[in-house]
Amino acid sequence: MLRKFTVALLILICYILQSSVFSGLTFAGIIPNLMIILTSSFGFMRGEKEGLVIGFFCGLLTDIFFGSFLGFYALVLMYIGYLNGKFSRIFYPEDIKLPIALIVTSDLSYGIICYVLSFMLRGRFQFTYYFTHIILPEALYTILATMLLYPVLLKINGKLEAWEKRREQKFV
Amino acid sequence: MSPIIKRKGEKHPLPSKYLLCIMTVLCTALMAVTIGTDLLNRPLNTAVGYVIVPFQQGISRLGGWFSGRSAELVQIRTLLDENARLKEEIAALTEENTLLQQDKYELISLRELVSLSEQYGEYKKVAARIIGRDSGNWFSAFTIDKGEDDGLAVNMNVIAGGGLVGRITAVGPNWSKVTSIISDNSNVSGMTLATEDNLMVTGDLKRMADGCITFSQLVDSHDRVVVGDKVVTSNISDKYLPNILIGYISSIEKDANNLTKSGLIIPAVDFERLGEVLIITDMKQVITGAAQH
Repeated sequence: MLRKFTVALLILICYILQSSVFSGLTFAGIIPNLMIILTSSFGFMRGEKEGLVIGFFCGLLTDIFFGSFLGFYALVLMYIGYLNGKFSRIFYPEDIKLPIALIVTSDLSYGIICYVLSFMLRGRFQFTYYFTHIILPEALYTILATMLLYPVLLKINGKLEAWEKRREQKFV
Repeated sequence: MSPIIKRKGEKHPLPSKYLLCIMTVLCTALMAVTIGTDLLNRPLNTAVGYVIVPFQQGISRLGGWFSGRSAELVQIRTLLDENARLKEEIAALTEENTLLQQDKYELISLRELVSLSEQYGEYKKVAARIIGRDSGNWFSAFTIDKGEDDGLAVNMNVIAGGGLVGRITAVGPNWSKVTSIISDNSNVSGMTLATEDNLMVTGDLKRMADGCITFSQLVDSHDRVVVGDKVVTSNISDKYLPNILIGYISSIEKDANNLTKSGLIIPAVDFERLGEVLIITDMKQVITGAAQH
């Protein structure tokens, strides 16, 4: 229960930060993607199911506010969360390389999927332009944001897991 | 720990593979439903309106307050100088104003003669504050702090500083989403003010950084349209009211088909520094309906 509440709160905070605070902190008009950080970190920290559900809700929120129809971003982020969950078996909290590699890969693939489905299909074929001007800068800025946000998420998840363990022991 | 209790603690016995399949079907169904209809928009827009919009309003107000305070400190000295200069200017302008006022009376009487009503000033407008921007980097949209409760509806035109910003594409009870004309998925039917040639104004992500938008399909066989011409919304657009300023032509090129021209427009609105916007609550349909009677 506490976990669900905390995660819901995290999704809301990240969304609000991204749409109102970070839009004032842009580098060359690029906003980092906090939803990706949240989705994929909970994916590899907690497994497929949690990544999938969190991705779905992060995407749905984006859909409601800024999508032209519901379900598109939800679907993309859901798969990203699920695939990140596959790496939960080789994840160790002490290791920072795997999380960063996973988040960058997720953000790059998210950008490429967005490009293909919402730009290439409308006849905008200059992939190299969009890759170097939108997708790559977003990934770089997202790494920066990861450095700040990921330790916080890791700590919150550690606290939650400790709380769950204590509760389980009490229950038994 | 006995296995029975452990199983009780596990709330989701469903394997993640199946959950993924179910959610995929759900998402696809959502897309299928919401592409054609706006069945689900109302409840969802209402729900997020109560959960998220208050926070965004708070943050944008806080941000506005901070930037206001810092600007105040920086500007006090310059403002003092400016004040002295402006006072001189006021004196000169008052004189000019009386002259212009006389001209205005003349203009009004002349307008009455040709029974031309002043179009632009007659629209009813509502002011709103921008509280959130598109969370991605692909399109340019933003949310404002007024919605259905304030009488706003989808397709209402949004202006700022005398120029066209975009139109409302979604409304909640206390928020609305505005898709701006510089967004890559936006098309506006426009015309040049001087020659009344129709053209299509399209947002372009590649030009967004330079602050430009593109236009195309300009049939200008007599080469009368020149760089610097004003572009306004056209009479034939079904979503935009006529004669709202879009911007100024900054370059023209002939297309490969040798029939039409395309080029760039510099918008009249500074989209980088947009804090408050005006929404015209008159709709295109109402205007044409009234004009016919």
